[in-house]
Amino acid sequence: MTRDMICVSCPIGCALHVELDDAGKVVSVSGNTCKRGEKYAIDECTNPVRMLTSTIRVNGGVLPVVPVKTSVPIPKGKMFECMKAINNEVADAPIKLGDVLIANVCDTGADIIATNEV
Amino acid sequence: MLKYDLVVIGGGPAGMAAALKAKECGVKKILILERAETLGGILEQCIHAGFGLHYFGEELTGPEYAHRFIEQVQQTDIDVKVDTMVLEIRTGNVVVATNNIDGMLEISATAIILAMGCRERPRGALDIPGSRASGIMTAGTAQKYVNLDGYMPGKKIVILGSGDIGLIMARRMTLEGAKVEMVCELMPFSGGLQRNITQCLDDLGIPLKLSCTVIQTHGIERLEGVTIANVDENRRPIPGTEQYVECDTLLLSVGLIPENELTRMAGIIIDPVTNGAIVDENRQTSRPGIFACGNVLQVHDLVDYVTAESQIAGEGAAAYIANRPRGRNHYVSVSGKDGVRYVVPQNINENPDGDVKLYFRVADVFRNTKIIVESDGKVLYSKKKPKLAPGEMEYVIIKADDIRALEKKQLTVRLEVPTK
Ligand SMILES: Cc1cc2nc3c(=O)[nH]c(=O)nc-3n(C[C@H](O)[C@H](O)[C@H](O)COP(=O)(O)OP(=O)(O)OC[C@H]3O[C@@H](n4cnc5c(N)ncnc54)[C@H](O)[C@@H]3O)c2cc1C
Ligand code: SF4
Repeated sequence: MTRDMICVSCPIGCALHVELDDAGKVVSVSGNTCKRGEKYAIDECTNPVRMLTSTIRVNGGVLPVVPVKTSVPIPKGKMFECMKAINNEVADAPIKLGDVLIANVCDTGADIIATNEV
Repeated sequence: MLKYDLVVIGGGPAGMAAALKAKECGVKKILILERAETLGGILEQCIHAGFGLHYFGEELTGPEYAHRFIEQVQQTDIDVKVDTMVLEIRTGNVVVATNNIDGMLEISATAIILAMGCRERPRGALDIPGSRASGIMTAGTAQKYVNLDGYMPGKKIVILGSGDIGLIMARRMTLEGAKVEMVCELMPFSGGLQRNITQCLDDLGIPLKLSCTVIQTHGIERLEGVTIANVDENRRPIPGTEQYVECDTLLLSVGLIPENELTRMAGIIIDPVTNGAIVDENRQTSRPGIFACGNVLQVHDLVDYVTAESQIAGEGAAAYIANRPRGRNHYVSVSGKDGVRYVVPQNINENPDGDVKLYFRVADVFRNTKIIVESDGKVLYSKKKPKLAPGEMEYVIIKADDIRALEKKQLTVRLEVPTK
């Protein structure tokens, strides 16, 4: 079996060609220009993950929200569940870049961290 | 009158990288003028990840990428004035600006770097018939509402234009609970990055309708729906394909225009294709001592390229300030043809200091196509690419020695499409 996909690990967006065996195991990856492409192809065929970015409400800041991201990519299927957790959270200013606002969000192993200061 | 060696107009990634590079090259008095309340430019509202993979080797969000440069600027003695709007560049490189504290400011500069970025093409530029109902806005405006002001401008959304900002907002609004009905694109291909189509549309099952446009908007106070239609190869709506789509919000992501009012007023020559200044390989414009970089020069999709280009401008300005002798007036002119829409820089010094990177965009989607750089029929560079797309900026490197050896002072970048 083969699968064609676009590597989303960086904005170059290489077109990847993946060969899989009957058990769905990745045999080879081509079309990538760097190592990350190979990892992406393997993840995408076994456990697709994505970085999630959003905003969290802030009390007492100059802006009403602070941008956040997951510390590591999370399973694609958990995005909406994590969004719920993010939207239920309110943080207090001052917030520094890199502050952990939610630890281990929805048991994904990823933290929700601030990506700007407010 | 204030006096500076270098005045940088715009404090986005371009302005900051240019100022920092000039500092590193030994320029003493530098001032950055920024219209907004903070440095960072458009990146402050681009909270998604995907910045800096090439420059920092890490995938950062927009604010994080900007923050790294803001910190560096703060660690130097570069002066910054925020909330300050530049109004005019007078002859003799005098910058006129205004803010609430200083009132009117006149600043004389040895060199100036233009880094004003770009803005989105507004609705007026599109001319869709229909009412003036609320709920129609550019995708960047919606991005500001959601990511900086923290509120959602609508629930049921149609996006016109598949530029990157529109794609990013399709995902963002879906994650925040809105229903994005579709993205309509007039052209038979998307102008956005392939990765954004994958992660922002395909991942969430949002349809991308190519060769399709909005022909009418409906609703009196608030938008209630739009009529869409397919278009033929001349981009004219095909009768009988009209379809009504209910929505309360229409986001426009139909292109960016470099913000060059100041540049035009200053009498600097503009390239009609890029809508940015015509520059040489040091990013110097047609006015000596005035340089340009970032989205004000050409619309970029990757901030990493913005940073690289701005460092070239910073270095160029520093060399100009130090008054190093250079063969300034003798240029090799560079142009694109056969599918190459434009090339930046448009001029190269006959005797360049180093190899020169030529950045360009193509006019259509091409597969297995050769990029050729030639002068007077002689090929200097040739390479086959599996895929070229208008949404993705390409570059080739031309060796300094090859430029010096040119007999005819002219270079052309073109494509050679395989014959079937
Ligand atoms: C929505 C969106 C999504 C993007 N996504 C990505 C991505 O995923 N990955 C990636 O690598 N790149 C991305 N980019 C591209 C990247 O962010 C831009 O190319 C980059 O920010 C351009 O930098 P700049 O400094 O030229 O312009 P800007 O960031 O626009 O900065 C220009 C600054 O100049 C100021 N200014 C303008 N006129 C004046 C004046 N008269 N006086 C004083 N100040 C003035 C403005 O206030 C602004 O702060 C994205 C861009 C946008 C808009
Ligand atoms: S393979 Fe490497 S260069 Fe290509 S898109 Fe993926 S991360 Fe980017």
